[in-house]
Amino acid sequence: MSMWNKRRDDEPSKSAAPTITPRPAPPEPTPVPVVKKEATPPTMSSTPLKSPELDGPRGAATIGKAVKVNGQIVSHEDLYVDGDVEGTVELMQHKLTIGPNGKVHASAIKAREVVVLGSIQGNVEASDRIEIRKDAKLVGDIKTARIIIEDGAYFKGSIDIVKAEPKPASAPAARQQPAAQAAPASAPAAAPAAAEVKR
Amino acid sequence: MLPERLKTLLRGPLGAVSGPGSSGVTAIPASLFGGSLSKDKEKLVQRQSRGLEQFFSYIRDQVGLSILDLSGANQENVNFITNLGHKLYSEDIARGLRDAFGDENPTEQANPGRIEYFLKQNLDYEEGQFDGVLVWDSLEYMAPPLLAATVERLSRIVRPKSYLLAFFHVEEKMGAVPRYSFRIQAFNTLLFVDRGQRMPVQLFNNRSLEKLFGKFESVKFFLTREQLREVIVKR
Repeated sequence: MSMWNKRRDDEPSKSAAPTITPRPAPPEPTPVPVVKKEATPPTMSSTPLKSPELDGPRGAATIGKAVKVNGQIVSHEDLYVDGDVEGTVELMQHKLTIGPNGKVHASAIKAREVVVLGSIQGNVEASDRIEIRKDAKLVGDIKTARIIIEDGAYFKGSIDIVKAEPKPASAPAARQQPAAQAAPASAPAAAPAAAEVKR
Repeated sequence: MLPERLKTLLRGPLGAVSGPGSSGVTAIPASLFGGSLSKDKEKLVQRQSRGLEQFFSYIRDQVGLSILDLSGANQENVNFITNLGHKLYSEDIARGLRDAFGDENPTEQANPGRIEYFLKQNLDYEEGQFDGVLVWDSLEYMAPPLLAATVERLSRIVRPKSYLLAFFHVEEKMGAVPRYSFRIQAFNTLLFVDRGQRMPVQLFNNRSLEKLFGKFESVKFFLTREQLREVIVKR
């Protein structure tokens, strides 16, 4: 048993060594800088429309490209669709991303933000904004506050710009007051937001 | 080389088929209806547009109008029209032509069934639905039967007293013409994004345009440096 424990102790120390870098002045500090260099390029993307978060389902529920859904989808979190969906999609206060392989044929799509890299056939209501990326296809009527259409995107339908309600101006102020009164600054502000999300 | 039916189809309203020095329709490339002949890098030209200025002079002081753009959606036009408080409808007629008639089969543009399909897919709107239509140069790429049906449909879907803005290359340029994407920059300024070359099916002079829009109340012309004739048509 002691042998196993020793081995276990040894193994983490080997694996942790490159990340923690506690070794006293090793002659080869190169691994750490190399890792950092690899991490920097994605954050340096200068084009706002190609932010990496929009190209993948990070932190969002996902419908994979081999999945086909027929019916009503109601989500209380962000959703990434890379498969086929037929029916209605309602995300209300969340973000819907249609991946490059995603095909949505819906009578109604409602979300706070919609990003289209694949194809949508149906009317879309995005309370905040909609992005139609290059090579994406959207056939339907759009109702939104803001719209971004990349060159090379195909859109057929109508665009109705609906001015955002004046809620955002008062909502942050209301959130700041309880946050300021509470002891921790950021935690109380995040908690009610999470509660709202779950409802 | 081409069948007689195709030659007739390409001849246009004035019997004009080919440019100076050309022997006839055989000079027309296979990609006649398919878009660019060469995929050169995009060239941008910004210039004043009297036609656009006229078009907006009729709608700029109103809000909540319905405007149809036949060139497909682009960010500039969407922003400009919607910022004026109008609702924008977008149709990509160039793509619709390809979908309905194919790239290399212009004879289909005389097929009544295909014409009906094209109109159903691209201009299926209620009578008098629009307060203005940005036609751009899309009518140049239509053979006479399709063109007549399209203009007839346009006259139905726009309200009386509303306007169309259409562009036509001038008659002297009989060869391939630049294929543009038209981006609205201001009430009187357009950005021309050159997307290569394309062969128009028909070329028009003032008289043929007046005849084409004979059912409309008036037709007004503006000639530009790009050998384009800007036309404001009043329903």
